[in-house]
Amino acid sequence: MTQTILILGARSDIGLAVAHAFAAKGWAVQLAARDAVALSAEQADIAVRFNVPVTLHELDALDLAAHERFIAALPVLPDVAVTAIGLMGEQAENEADPAKAVTVLRSNFEGPANLFAILANCMIVRGSGTLVGISSVAGIRGRAANYVYGSAKAGFTAFLSGLRNRLAKGKTGVHVVTVLPGFVNTRMTAGMDLPRKLTAEPKELGQAVWSAVEKGRDVIYVRPIWRLVMLIIRHIPEAVFKKLSI
Amino acid sequence: MQLSGWGRYPRAECRLLRPRALDDVSALVGQTPLIARGNGRAYGDAALGAPETLAMGQFNRMLAFDEASGILTAQAGVQLAEVIDVFLPRGWFPAVTPGTKFVTIGGAIAADVHGKNHHKDGSFSTCVEWIDLAGPDGTVRRASKAENPELFAWTCGGMGLTGVILRAAIRLRRVESGWIRQRSHPAPGLRSAMALFEENHAATYSVAWIDCLAGGQSLGRSLVMTGEHAEAGELTPRESADRFVRQGKRAKAVPFDFPQIALNPLSVRAFNELYYGVGAWNRGEGLIDYDSYFYPLDALLEWNRIYGRRGFAQFQCVIPLAAAEAGVAALLRRIASSGQGSFLAVLKRMGPQESRFSFPMEGYTLALDFPVKDASAALFTELERIVIDHGGRFYLAKDAFLSPEALRAADRRTGQFTAMRAASGSAGRFVSALSERLEL
Repeated sequence: MTQTILILGARSDIGLAVAHAFAAKGWAVQLAARDAVALSAEQADIAVRFNVPVTLHELDALDLAAHERFIAALPVLPDVAVTAIGLMGEQAENEADPAKAVTVLRSNFEGPANLFAILANCMIVRGSGTLVGISSVAGIRGRAANYVYGSAKAGFTAFLSGLRNRLAKGKTGVHVVTVLPGFVNTRMTAGMDLPRKLTAEPKELGQAVWSAVEKGRDVIYVRPIWRLVMLIIRHIPEAVFKKLSI
Repeated sequence: MQLSGWGRYPRAECRLLRPRALDDVSALVGQTPLIARGNGRAYGDAALGAPETLAMGQFNRMLAFDEASGILTAQAGVQLAEVIDVFLPRGWFPAVTPGTKFVTIGGAIAADVHGKNHHKDGSFSTCVEWIDLAGPDGTVRRASKAENPELFAWTCGGMGLTGVILRAAIRLRRVESGWIRQRSHPAPGLRSAMALFEENHAATYSVAWIDCLAGGQSLGRSLVMTGEHAEAGELTPRESADRFVRQGKRAKAVPFDFPQIALNPLSVRAFNELYYGVGAWNRGEGLIDYDSYFYPLDALLEWNRIYGRRGFAQFQCVIPLAAAEAGVAALLRRIASSGQGSFLAVLKRMGPQESRFSFPMEGYTLALDFPVKDASAALFTELERIVIDHGGRFYLAKDAFLSPEALRAADRRTGQFTAMRAASGSAGRFVSALSERLEL
């Protein structure tokens, strides 16, 4: 039977890369995003490349009240759901305008967490499924450069770990994968001067998510070197850390 | 940011425009003069803006495929490599492909690229069903042989100077496998190489590697290689097991810029001796995978770095049939005496082609690259003179050195091209470093 993957935040390069990785294995794809009709080229692209059915679904991550309905309206409850919903914002703007900061917090944490909470309950009833949360290494330690985004991702990472704990203890058959991508060469990072060895291509990330789901992994970094980088960053004493600009 | 073509010469400070959506391109066209850039595989300055450069490589969505006709509709940034990845396993292959699969469809149309089957099937434009083009006023028009035929004719080979190619429909060819039945024929001199091309006119693909350092009796010493798509019944069990060559070979990347000294007349001469010797030894027929046949250099990612930091320049011309032997011989003599020739020299018979501004015409095309040195410009000027004297012309997708005068002396169509640009309003709108240099 054909398996189905739902991509939440399907306009993002990361979301599309994950869709490609699964479509390449013959999975049907549900693309969900705001202004979903504008994704018709992406829909056609996946259908042409991989000969799989692709459907579009309207979703506003911030409209929490509509999430139940959104999930109920899906043609089929997906086997795997991935959230690639993310909003970096401009740190300077987030500092000057708290309302903007709140939008960043809600987009990266509240919206995705609410969607996963609902999806988890549906998957428990069915007794199977995998939820893949694309979080961020920025959530491991707050930095001056992007702590609004980072703190929202920290919240989401903690949410994913708690949800995984709950689902595993309850022997629900539902699994949670946390993805901490590190730098990825996407539109979100276009124009940033990123170190090549630390920067993954979206395609790499798609493959990494595929194999993490296959193997039932809990937390993955896309490039292994990030495990080391974050180990070091985690262990810098706060008294030192607060003076660094990294 | 600093951009260059594949030859890494010249480099220019460009401003890269990255519209979010394909529909945003029209609005950009009105705002500033610009040139579209695909994957940057033109060698010289064709896709360098002055300075605005429109990044089209990101628009790489495939939009439709008709299994009955083999017609693929796609955004302009789709690369032939992707087309092959997706459609070769289903029995389709690009009808025309240049020597790299990392070109975008938009770039292939703009340069009206040719392949090893030009003598038989013509240039890339022959497999283009239609083009959607954002013109000088930003309006998107569809152009084909039937609809806006003038615009279509100028756009194929128009070097991006008629508008921004947004989408196109191209026809693929049916193949039974990803394997090529190759036959190699050693030719001890130029005349025998040309005779081999004429004898093998019926072959689907033909191309010759030519030793441009050999002089005297061996002037034009070549290995002429012909090829056919292998049919399923022609495969041995080894190839049948991987009929569509799905396990692509892992490409290796050149890890650093070679010092310029690495490519010197001695090393190139040694390479050429070896290559010809091995080729002559291996004469006859064999099956090779499509990647090794069509894209030997693609296996070495960033191979342009072997020419060192200063980059390299390609020189590609075509000489009409009647003057081809004399013209190519004169070019080879001049190159051999300069000692600057490279080991990537190619000779190919081209078939007849009527076009507005495309490169190909019936005759022989010679392509070589040279590391950029202080002496290059002088040598190029001499080579240009020889080409012009023999009625030939130059491939703008490879060019970085030509002067406006030499272009006009070689190609009488240039005046009509600039007149069209002025009349349509594209002259002030679509501007590249190439169009500025050549006063197009």
